[in-house]
Parts: sequence; C-alpha cells; structure tokens
Amino acid sequence: MSTPMAPLARIEDLHISFGGVAAANGVSFTVEHGEFLAVIGPNGAGKTTALRMVAGILRPDSGRVFFEDRDVTGLPVSARARLGLGFTHQIVRPFYNFTIIENVMLAAGHGQTVSPWRALTSRSRDAAREKAQAILERIGLAAQASQSPRALPLGQRKRLEVARAIALDPKLLLLDEPLAGLSSAEATTMADLIRTLPGQGITVVLVEHNLGEVLRIADRLVVLDAGKVLAEGVPGDVMARTDVRQAYTGVV
Amino acid sequence: MSAYVASLVSVVGINLILALGLNIITGFCGQVSLGHAAFYGLGAYTAAYLAKLGAPLPLTLLAGAAMAGVIGIVVGLTSLRVRHDFLAVTTMGIGFVFLGFVRKQKWLGGELGISGIPGPGLDPVPYALLIVVFAIAVTIFSFWIKRSWMGFTFDAVADDEDAARTVGVNVSTYKLTAFGIGTALAGLAGGLYIYFARIILPDTFDFVQSIAILTMVVIGGTGSVWGVFASTIVLTLLPEVSRAAADYRLLIFGAMLMLVMRFSPGGLAGLVKRKPA
Repeated sequence: MSTPMAPLARIEDLHISFGGVAAANGVSFTVEHGEFLAVIGPNGAGKTTALRMVAGILRPDSGRVFFEDRDVTGLPVSARARLGLGFTHQIVRPFYNFTIIENVMLAAGHGQTVSPWRALTSRSRDAAREKAQAILERIGLAAQASQSPRALPLGQRKRLEVARAIALDPKLLLLDEPLAGLSSAEATTMADLIRTLPGQGITVVLVEHNLGEVLRIADRLVVLDAGKVLAEGVPGDVMARTDVRQAYTGVV
Repeated sequence: MSAYVASLVSVVGINLILALGLNIITGFCGQVSLGHAAFYGLGAYTAAYLAKLGAPLPLTLLAGAAMAGVIGIVVGLTSLRVRHDFLAVTTMGIGFVFLGFVRKQKWLGGELGISGIPGPGLDPVPYALLIVVFAIAVTIFSFWIKRSWMGFTFDAVADDEDAARTVGVNVSTYKLTAFGIGTALAGLAGGLYIYFARIILPDTFDFVQSIAILTMVVIGGTGSVWGVFASTIVLTLLPEVSRAAADYRLLIFGAMLMLVMRFSPGGLAGLVKRKPA
C-alpha cells in the first residue's frame, strides 16, 4: 500500500545497450502523483528509450521500474496498461480498420477484454460507446467519430492516440513526442490539451523535442544526456544551469 | 432425402465446420494457417481409433475435438514467435509433419488408414441432420464471437498487435484462444467425418485439403461469417453438380483464389460491402 507521499513511479538505474552502444547508462528518476514531468535532452540522449523501458516495450539490461511501489520491470506492455501505466507511440498506431470511436471504445471497454472468456461472454458495447463518445468530445474529435483514422490529418491522429490512452483510465500516461510533426499552431493546441490531464487525475511523463512548448507546460524537467540524468528540477532552475545549456548547444 | 442427398448434406456440413473454424483463426484473428487439414485429420484419427475400441459417438467427437484443440494451441505458440509469411510456412510444415507421422504408424494403419469404423448408430439421413445441427451451431457460435468483445478484440489483434498491447490486450492469450477454438472445430469435423466415411485415408487430410478449406474462407471474404457460409456451400457442391468442375477442381479453386485476390481482397462479402463486418 503506497502512502500519499510515496512517488507514483520510481525508475531505478536503467541500463540498456544496442550493439554495444549504451542508450541508457544508469537512468534514475521518480514521478510524483499529479505532476506534469517532461523528459528532455539533445538528440540521442536516450529519452525515448527510457520511456519505452518504463512502458515495457523495451526490457532493460538491468535496473528496475516501480509503479505504485510494485516492481513492474518484468511485466509486458498489456499488463502495465491494465495497472494504469499508459503509453502513446510517437508514430501513431490507430487501428486502421476501426472507426475513430471504435478505436477509443476498445480501450474504454478494457474491463471486457481482460480475458478471452470475459470477452466472449460480454456483448453490449453501449457503455464503452458512451464513455468513448464523452472522451472524443473532450478531445475535440466527436465530429469525426464514425470516420476512418485514414481520413484524419496527423494532428488529429495524434489526438486520437491520446484519446485512446485516456480511455484506459491511466494513472500515469507516458507520451512519446506527441508534438512531433505538428505545425506550430497544432503543437500549441496539443500542448494545451495534454496540460489538462493532471487536472483529470492523470499524471504525465512527456518526452518532447519542442522546448518552447515543454517549458510552457511542464511542472518539472528531467534532462538526459548520453544515457544519464544530467539535471532535474523546475524548468527555470534547470534551464539556467551551465551544464544543461552546454549539453544542448555544445557551448557554454 | 435420398442417400445421395444425405451424403452431399453431410459433406457440406463438415466443410462448413472446417471453414468456419479456420475463419476464426485467419478471418477473425488474422493468423494465417495453411495446415488446417492436419487438425481435421487429428480429430478423425483420434475419433476413429477410439471408435474401433468401442467408444460411443459423443466421447469420440469430444476426444477428437480436444486432441485437435490441444495440439492446435501448441502450434499456435509458433504464432507468438513468427508472423505472416513465416507463420504460413510453419503451419504448412505442421500439415506435412502430421501426414509424415501418420503414414508411418502401423497402429494407425499406415498408408491404408483406418477402415471398418463402426457406424454412428443412426441411418444416413438422421446422421446427416446431426451434422447439419452441428454446422448450424458452429455458425451461430461464429456470429456470437463476431459480435462479442472477443470478436472486437480479435479484429484489433488482426489489425495491429502492438497497438492492441498498448490498450491492455494480452495478444498471446487471444491468439492461442483463436487457434484453440478453430482447431478444436476442425477436430470435431474430423470426428463427424469418420462415421460418415467409415474409412479414413491419410491423403484425405493433405495440403490440398488445407488449401481447399482456405479457399472457402478467402473466397467468402476472410472474417465474414455469411460470406464463408455461402462460399463453402457453393464450392462444396460445385464439383458435385458438374463433372467438369470435379475434374478441374484444383484449377478452378486456384483460379478463383487469384481472381479474388486481384479484384476483391475482401472476398464475396467485400463485393457487397467494402469493409467486411
């Protein structure tokens, strides 16, 4: 049982190498309840790799991931999702053969898909449809509910990815570059949207390159460089540090 | 109903169970299988062996389905490792392994198979009707799956496995469930077949048979229960009504497969409605 003061997630000393190159070389940080945490760093710092290890898509060579004081390091993606550890892909992955609302419904009905037997004996999709509809309205996709994801421009596909993740009722949502590829206006809208998540009880860890938007919306930063945590803290303090500026620009 | 009609009805019913079973694996869950006839054979050999020992019909059918389903789940484990073309080749291999094994087993009759199988205790017409009852039950069961959350989840697994995992779907469990159900139905069809044929030969369960079943599924429109239902009946009866169609069965099936792939990948169901429901 976690006390109110315990962090929501603890990432401890994650290591992983690809072909002898260390992409994570001892990454450790904690995620507090209700915060909006952004993981930033220069290209190749290991941000997305770290996030994918927390989500369970990659298995670390060593190190542990704790979620609500439970060691989830060995759990597959689907089991972590069921515990409330959600993830959105950088490259959107909608179910292209489903309509927009069906994409969200499958996630909204996660209680029905927990086992094949439960799924076989559950027929009604009304509750899931209602919940999905409410989420689409909140996220601004209600008008496109019955369309195919193929019909959506990238900005809206990214919204769909977020809508589907929210429908799983996550406690912690890991967002992998949700602003990548968006126009500056779209990026601002998306940033405003995900900024509202902590207010809805969803703690957020964001990996993002768009520093302007990150500094506008993040409560706290973790800076990665060369597979290690270089700095962490509130944005103003972190960005004032010489070593952080150097990592980004290569100059002091 | 004449004995001839009863035999046609029996064959149609058995093929329906085979095709609808494969449709659950390939159509619903998106896992290609080119070895469905092996599970048909597993059910038939299990049921025939037990029937000759004096086991009653309900027991032999159940044992045939169970044997095929259990081996089907084991084969399904390969689908967790390999996808698409590799899965197709692997399941094709299973079919050859099955035949290679059975042909060398003296206790299973070797090349000559098993003959002298006792009757079902029913005349041909009532027995044909029993097969029809099973085929209808399997059809209803297919619709049930399709409209349940299981069908919804199978669709997601068929569409994008990785995306399915991120929405909490245990993809492995669902794939094995599809293999288990589909192959158990093939085993059931095998059990029903032995009381109809009273003799089984290894060649009945060969690669050509697997392709014939797959053709029924693909031409009907993978995933569409009505489409598979209709195409199975037509493709089963076609060689019966036309001597030419019987002689050129493989050629016709092959040509139809190619035409469907080229002009309507959604099968007959796709012609009616572009997105198979």
